[in-house]
Amino acid sequence: MALTLDGVRVRRRGEVWLDGIDLELPSGMTTLLGPMTAGKTTLMRVAAGLLPPDSGRVVVNGRDVTGVSVRRRSVAFVYQQFVNYPSLTVHENIASPLRLDRSFPKRDVDRRVREVAELMGIAELLERRPAELSGGQQQRTAIARALARPVDLLLLDEPLANLDFKLREQLRSDLKSMFRQSPGLVLYATSDPAEALAFAAPAVVLGEGRVLDTGEVAALYARPPTLAVAAALSDPPLNLLPGTVREGRVEVLGASFPAPRAHASGRDVVLAVRPHHVSLDPAGKDGALEFPAEVRLAEVTGSVTFVHLLLPGGRHLVAQLDGPRAFTPGDRATAYVDPAHAFLFDESGGRLLAESAAEVDLHG
Amino acid sequence: MTLTEPVKDPVAAGADEPDRRPDAKPKDNRAWLLVLPVVVCVTFTALVPLMTVVNYSVQDIFSPSDRIFVGLEWFRSVTRDPEVRGAFLRTLLFSAQVLLIEIPLGVAIAVAMPRRGWTVSAALVVVALPLLIPWNVVGTIWQIFARGDIGLGGWAVNQVPGVDFNYTLDSADAWITVLVMDVWHWTPLVALLAYAALRSIPEPYFQAAQIDGASAWATFRRIQLPRLRGVLTIAILLRFMDSFMIYTEPFVVTGGGPGNATSFLSILLSKIAVGQFDLGPAGAFSLLYFLIVQIVSYVFFTVLTRSGR
Amino acid sequence: MADIRLEDVGHSYDGGRTWAVRPMTWTWRSGRAYALLGPSGCGKTTLLNIMSGLITPTTGRVWFGEREVTSVPTAGRNIAQVFQFPVLYEEMSVYDNLAFPLRNRRYPKDEVDRRVRAVSRMLGLDAHLGRRSRRLDPGRQQIVSLGRGLVRSDVAAVLLDEPLTVVDPAVRWTLRSTLKEIHRDTGHTLVYVTHDQTEALTFADEVVVLKDGAIVQAGEPAELFLSPAHEFVGHFIGSPGMNTLPGEVADGLVRVGGQVAGRADGPLPPGPVRVGVRPEFARLGDGPGSPGLPAEVTGVDRMGAYDLVHVRAAGHPLVARAEAGSPYEPGAAEFVRFAVGRVFLFRDAVRCGQVVPLNGRAG
Repeated sequence: MALTLDGVRVRRRGEVWLDGIDLELPSGMTTLLGPMTAGKTTLMRVAAGLLPPDSGRVVVNGRDVTGVSVRRRSVAFVYQQFVNYPSLTVHENIASPLRLDRSFPKRDVDRRVREVAELMGIAELLERRPAELSGGQQQRTAIARALARPVDLLLLDEPLANLDFKLREQLRSDLKSMFRQSPGLVLYATSDPAEALAFAAPAVVLGEGRVLDTGEVAALYARPPTLAVAAALSDPPLNLLPGTVREGRVEVLGASFPAPRAHASGRDVVLAVRPHHVSLDPAGKDGALEFPAEVRLAEVTGSVTFVHLLLPGGRHLVAQLDGPRAFTPGDRATAYVDPAHAFLFDESGGRLLAESAAEVDLHG
Repeated sequence: MTLTEPVKDPVAAGADEPDRRPDAKPKDNRAWLLVLPVVVCVTFTALVPLMTVVNYSVQDIFSPSDRIFVGLEWFRSVTRDPEVRGAFLRTLLFSAQVLLIEIPLGVAIAVAMPRRGWTVSAALVVVALPLLIPWNVVGTIWQIFARGDIGLGGWAVNQVPGVDFNYTLDSADAWITVLVMDVWHWTPLVALLAYAALRSIPEPYFQAAQIDGASAWATFRRIQLPRLRGVLTIAILLRFMDSFMIYTEPFVVTGGGPGNATSFLSILLSKIAVGQFDLGPAGAFSLLYFLIVQIVSYVFFTVLTRSGR
Repeated sequence: MADIRLEDVGHSYDGGRTWAVRPMTWTWRSGRAYALLGPSGCGKTTLLNIMSGLITPTTGRVWFGEREVTSVPTAGRNIAQVFQFPVLYEEMSVYDNLAFPLRNRRYPKDEVDRRVRAVSRMLGLDAHLGRRSRRLDPGRQQIVSLGRGLVRSDVAAVLLDEPLTVVDPAVRWTLRSTLKEIHRDTGHTLVYVTHDQTEALTFADEVVVLKDGAIVQAGEPAELFLSPAHEFVGHFIGSPGMNTLPGEVADGLVRVGGQVAGRADGPLPPGPVRVGVRPEFARLGDGPGSPGLPAEVTGVDRMGAYDLVHVRAAGHPLVARAEAGSPYEPGAAEFVRFAVGRVFLFRDAVRCGQVVPLNGRAG
């Protein structure tokens, strides 16, 4: 099973929803990552055959299926909302795609339903109706229905977004092991970087209707090619600081470090650093950029503390520190940013200039 | 977790829209076969009769074998006929009054109806009752009900000092009787449509209005009325078309009288076509009638949907 | 402004057969930021609606300061509430939406304008003030709803019912700190309902954990994280939640799967217990020690900023948090050390003690 999208474009009401998507997806799981209006849902609907693209082709196993109705494809779709048949029991809900599939032997339906229900942990709820279930159980039912019939293409559109945080954590690990067993192609859309990282699958990062990058999610996290990719993979959000290259050094808000490459003097750059790489402790921070800062806010989660800092020039910087830490708004502090853990992008954020800003340039 | 409006993003919001691609090409022509029965039906039920009427409207027919082509002569004479003009203005006035009374009254009833509990079904039954009665029966009921001597309604009105109510003799009384009858008969339709729309408003909207300190009027104006736009468009169209073409009830109650006080376009038309068998003028009359209904409905629809943008 | 006091307040939707909110006595102190944290169906929203007057409680009394408001309708309570999904006056502009609660209360015109503009500036809505609200995307619509909740100066409390659910995750971070700063500037009492522990902990001065209609623990975020009084709090707060292992107390020793994990810190009747330790306080790679257990690595999740190492400790699954790029491989034998003072014992889900090193008291 291989799915290819070839120059897929979708425009609606004068807005571009998909702007020339070229993708080749192999069998197995792929994560589709991007913020809310990136076009994830549209892309999945095109892949499923629910939405014909304005131009471009959808190719499955070498066959052009662009105009083929979704009914004639082997596709299952799980939505963010819990979509079940309200008048059917959980058992009947899960069985429905099996009963519609003429090639599926009737005598195996019950066995298969119980198998998937067991897998999703809803085996004891089979006789209930969706209205009698909690949100998590309803979504488990919807996912079980999608999993019951072996399909070539399983699409999941932020299936956990409407669920409780704890439930999400639990289902995430359940799904991970289940997708490993799934024979076809699984496309999983999410806007949550932690979810994408937890699945550890190849990822497609989407932004404003375009494919920003593809690759292993851990590698994209470590070496984002553009600012948009870095942002899509950062939760809490990235800190961005403006800088300028001057005489072989990058100057950022009064601090500076050697420029990793011979950049033209006067070039504007953006320094991006994740909050957990900002420190308020000088220990082991030789060569780190130092910024005088004022504490505006401290958010303690117990596990970590987020300190919101105000830098000279009204710039904001968030530091993520381990453990609970006490701060009072108005406290003075020094923020340390190690260039070795920061990314340097060109002015427009379009291109990564150095994966760590301190990287020694070999190409002059 | 209450799932009131689980819309996630504009992309997903668009997800529920049907696809209308301008450049979508039919992939399978067999679908046309399915349309064929409809085409045949429409041809025999609408197209053929309509063309017959067009045919009549441009000829003077003395007998089936003896007819002359008169061009637009009948159209000219019909539009100049003071009786037709009178009936047109009367019908227009009637429709306007019907809309002015039934739409606000229907909305008011819908707003006043309970939102939950057993009273909902009770209220629905009571409100829907007039809609279940056949039109000529409605006419018969009111013909008797409104009579000053033996009808309960007419008698009750006559008990008010200084009032002498008799719809068979007094033009104003006849008019009022027909109008009240229509209001009684059709306001429930407006009320039911509006009620359905009001029920679909999620509870948090009303809670938010309470919290924001909105008065009952502001709640209606800012939350309920905007949500009624769609159904009110339909209600106004239906009530306009229906009232502009009203025939059965006034025919049964007043027969167009006294004099021609309740002689609406439809009653006049049937008099010309069936009573006098003037097929030419009746054909022209029918076409004009048809066009007026079409045009006014189109204008209503356009104005009402545009204003919502 | 005054404290909001719930006196024996409980609510049942079915005439007392089951309680959505069990009778409770609780005071929301004036000017504080609270988070009401719990899974869906735990009674959070019911409790919120009791405070705003949208629900009259089945039992008990509600006080705003010295005034009893149990049967006072919402409009008479001076409460602002923001709902989970955008609730807007769709035909009105963003400006008019924000001004609506003020105009209804006959604020002077210039005061209305001043407040609307202040709120719009804080929430970044300046560029959208003139637009019709239903033209905005859902995320921004919700920000407008939020603005309507914050625009009044005289409210007794602002109640927020999972207000950031429909907002983009990245925007959520900014909005939450904005909310917190608005709270600091205005001194409103805020009650923020959520099922997301990060949201609750980062937002609140005090987190109230609700389960099955009852408060199981309330306290400052760090306190809930560091010393959960209830197994549920340990599980629900923290991501991933606290590990709990089945154990046994006998002769003052705590055993898990036959292995001695440490000593119980006080006289505890012998019998089964559950041993709770957070992933943050379970360390690999320091060699054997007490308290701790031998373990075998079963898998590693690379979460970017950190790694989650899954192990079987004395036969039971356990998650330990390690620095990003940790060297552990599945199958490797390790010893997992527990931080002293951070391993607790639970009986019937309630904390009954902690595990201390074999060779001394907790230090």
